[in-house]
Amino acid sequence: MTAPAAAPPRSYRVIARVPEAPDTATIVLEPVRSALPPFAPGQFAMVYAFGVGDIPLSVSGIDGDRLTHTVRNVGAISAALHGLEAGATVGVRGPFGTGWELPSAAGRDLLVVAGGIGLAPLRPLVRAALAAPPEYGRPNVLIGSRTPRDLLYVPETRAWGRSARVLVTVDRPDDRWNGEVGVVTTLLDRADFDPTTAAAFICGPEPMIRATAAELVHRGTDPDRIAVSLERTMHCAIGHCGHCQLGPLLLCRDGPVVTWTAARALLLVREL
Amino acid sequence: MTPLQRGFLGALPPGHRDRLAAFARDVSIPAGTRIFEEGGSADRFWIIRSGGAALDVHVPGRRPAVVETLGEGDLLGWSWLFEPYRWHLGARARSTLLAAEFDAGRVRAACAQDPAFGLAVTHGVAAVIARRLAATRARLLDLYAPPGTDTGGTAG
Ligand SMILES: Cc1cc2nc3c(=O)[nH]c(=O)nc-3n(C[C@H](O)[C@H](O)[C@H](O)COP(=O)(O)OP(=O)(O)OC[C@H]3O[C@@H](n4cnc5c(N)ncnc54)[C@H](O)[C@@H]3O)c2cc1C
Ligand code: FES
Repeated sequence: MTAPAAAPPRSYRVIARVPEAPDTATIVLEPVRSALPPFAPGQFAMVYAFGVGDIPLSVSGIDGDRLTHTVRNVGAISAALHGLEAGATVGVRGPFGTGWELPSAAGRDLLVVAGGIGLAPLRPLVRAALAAPPEYGRPNVLIGSRTPRDLLYVPETRAWGRSARVLVTVDRPDDRWNGEVGVVTTLLDRADFDPTTAAAFICGPEPMIRATAAELVHRGTDPDRIAVSLERTMHCAIGHCGHCQLGPLLLCRDGPVVTWTAARALLLVREL
Repeated sequence: MTPLQRGFLGALPPGHRDRLAAFARDVSIPAGTRIFEEGGSADRFWIIRSGGAALDVHVPGRRPAVVETLGEGDLLGWSWLFEPYRWHLGARARSTLLAAEFDAGRVRAACAQDPAFGLAVTHGVAAVIARRLAATRARLLDLYAPPGTDTGGTAG
């Protein structure tokens, strides 16, 4: 479901803030009065830091009327949201965009590949998939991060390891890191899935998405069964302003989740 | 599929795979063992059956910096195929490593004797090197950085 055009933001209160990494925190929001329509995994909200501005943030957790967002501090607005403490209020619009199509993966091995904060929009998908295991084949969660300190949701991803194959790699290990080192695509060799029938869900920076999707296609995965989440600057989030255009797509409406079939040609063009 | 069927060996055409496998001897390498040193003589190589290895670079005055980890099915060592047959990186067992070990001299001799076999092995090793080169380039680009920045960033 998509929010009506130009709906005003609803007030939400921050009820918890969990630091995740030096520049990343998770905030849990509760409606002050009425809640927005329910969000699906992969959809995003426009979250407004009063007096600063609003930015698109994916839902990293959905719990009844509560919305969870994980925000990385990269600029003015994300810094304001990242710094909010419990009790603060924000404005929220949404839900916007396409979500991950988990039901279409029924009966198939699942491959979830996250780079950096790309794990945030994938977390509700993994939670939903692990809550309904008999419906899917072998679940795999592959996580790539720049350094061990940047890893998100560490206790939770460890717990996923009881019912999924969870593989984690970092680019730059520190002295205490005892795990895998290398880019996330190197984990594909260790994942437990049949590439010719699996359903893949990828989110992360575009070079990482491109590298992972290309490697999967090389291994025989149908590009229609590779879902990727793309980012462009967003403003209205309701298909009016054109800020989020990527070729023929308006990513606030036709995305952010699209198939690799749709994304491939657009991402390979140098500038669109 | 066993690790040997799906990894480096699995990528070789079946006849050549069997021929190479005939050179293998099973070894178990205890966790923490330094398997080879950067610059050392590349007289052997391994295909990992289980466990993990870390490739590292010597950094003066510090612990060796791990640049990549390898696991099941991976080829450990390719410098044995190219002169001057010296390791480009070091390697250490991260956990107990069960591996097929190959005598590089014997495999090189078989490659020289049978060009079709030699070509298949060289292709297989080149594919591994190409993948690692692509991974290295991706890391130089900083795979997790946001568009338009050269430090930190996001994608979600
Ligand atoms: C659909 C969608 C979902 C998103 N989900 C999340 C999320 O769950 N968590 C999260 O932290 N971020 C998410 N983002 C990215 C977030 O919206 C941007 O980081 C934010 O807009 C930056 O705004 P700013 O004012 O803080 O920084 P700005 O001042 O606008 O930018 C600061 C720096 O960040 C870089 N930047 C700007 N936009 C992006 C972007 N989209 N991606 C990467 N780098 C960017 C710029 O190049 C600039 O260098 C999402 C984006 C989209 C489109
Ligand atoms: S953000 Fe305005 S059209 Fe997509």
